[in-house]
Amino acid sequence: MDNKIRVLIAKPGLDGHDRGAKVIARALRDAGMEVIYTGLRQTPEMIVEAALQEDVDAVGLSILSGAHMTLLPRVVELLKAKGLADVMVFAGGIIPDEDIAPLKAAGVAAVFGPGTNTDAVVEFIRGQFQTA
Amino acid sequence: MGNSRRPDEVSALVDHAVQGDRRALARLISRVEDGGPDAWLALSLIYPRTGQAQIVGVTGAPGTGKSTLVGEIAKYTRHHQPDRTVGVVAVDPTSPFSGGAVLGDRIRMRDLAGDDGVFIRSMATRGSLGGLARATTDVVKVLDACGCDLILIETVGAGQSEIDIARTADTVIVVEAPGLGDEVQAIKAGILEIADILVVNKADREGVQSTINALHAMLDLGAAPRGTLHHGVLMTTAEPPLKSDSRWHPPILKTIAAEGKGIDELMEAIAQHRAYLQDHPEGQQRVKVRAAVELETILRETLLQHLIEAVGSDRLDDLIAQVAAREIDPYSAAELLARTP
Repeated sequence: MDNKIRVLIAKPGLDGHDRGAKVIARALRDAGMEVIYTGLRQTPEMIVEAALQEDVDAVGLSILSGAHMTLLPRVVELLKAKGLADVMVFAGGIIPDEDIAPLKAAGVAAVFGPGTNTDAVVEFIRGQFQTA
Repeated sequence: MGNSRRPDEVSALVDHAVQGDRRALARLISRVEDGGPDAWLALSLIYPRTGQAQIVGVTGAPGTGKSTLVGEIAKYTRHHQPDRTVGVVAVDPTSPFSGGAVLGDRIRMRDLAGDDGVFIRSMATRGSLGGLARATTDVVKVLDACGCDLILIETVGAGQSEIDIARTADTVIVVEAPGLGDEVQAIKAGILEIADILVVNKADREGVQSTINALHAMLDLGAAPRGTLHHGVLMTTAEPPLKSDSRWHPPILKTIAAEGKGIDELMEAIAQHRAYLQDHPEGQQRVKVRAAVELETILRETLLQHLIEAVGSDRLDDLIAQVAAREIDPYSAAELLARTP
């Protein structure tokens, strides 16, 4: 019996590069998780459909463009609408401190800023899905 | 294998999935992928509904453009035959060090997003070495039972000894690309023998013709009879001799998948191969070989499981320690275990 934590890593919006997202994807892989990486320029609809098909436990979104206040709540909302309310959403990228509280209120479980140690992200996800 | 602890939950999941609930389908695939009694129960419930889909495998070395080609085949099918739904299973390797994986095949299939007639699932190999995950065949069955008419399987990008795909797909496409180092990667290994269709992708690159020539030369040289692929020990009967003139000859096609070029001809070849399998005795033969291999695999797992239960882990640990200490050889130890009542 196998029971892997599956995580979707996506970049919503129009960001031009995905270095940070790839670093996180590799860190989660090295922590033994299965990471579905969907690449750049994903709409919230594409992300949620991929999360559904891949039956993931969590969705990690990386945003540098400043569109986080619209894109992140939209993903959370669409997940709920598709019956995926139990999928955890976390975010990374360039997100000002004052936006963190409203994002959490909107259902984003955690926000990791630039310079976050990847171990912290791994520990956070593991903590959410501790399998005995 | 033991009994499912949640039989009602599993059968409810199966009911929802076969009625077209995509969320239930995704969760059912996870159960099947995770293995164990729930998976076996789910598979026994869906089995009567399987056998309807056309299954096409796409394999080849890394960088030949498998994902893009799979995406194009799916797109073409949905465009020209909107009634046919498409399932995609894309397999990537699990890291042997961490047990984790990065599954990136969806990046090249983004054109398919938003189409309800397409279901894409990424799978990690989870330690399996034949180019597919252990559960890939079972996941294909789930998609088949849930109404996918065409199922595309993309293997890991290795293409040398990774020939599991021949035991799973009706039609195997082997993808090559010019300029990948060696003249033709596939010559090194047995992968040409499993090809029903050969595709030279990225055909706008230099060296296409020499790749095609090399493939032609290999095919003319080999001309090994198909249908002998991977017999399980359960299949001991000799095959009826095939008439060589009626046998399938793998066509060699050129594509530029990134631009959608050559997909017409490829689809035509896939359809011809399907018709061939329907008319020719080789089609039935393949179905039988596949059933034998599958039964043998399951039987081996089941017997091992029963044996371990009967022997008990203490006795097993004890024998392992004796083998490790060179007090008994592993052959005699296995014989002792197998004779446990």
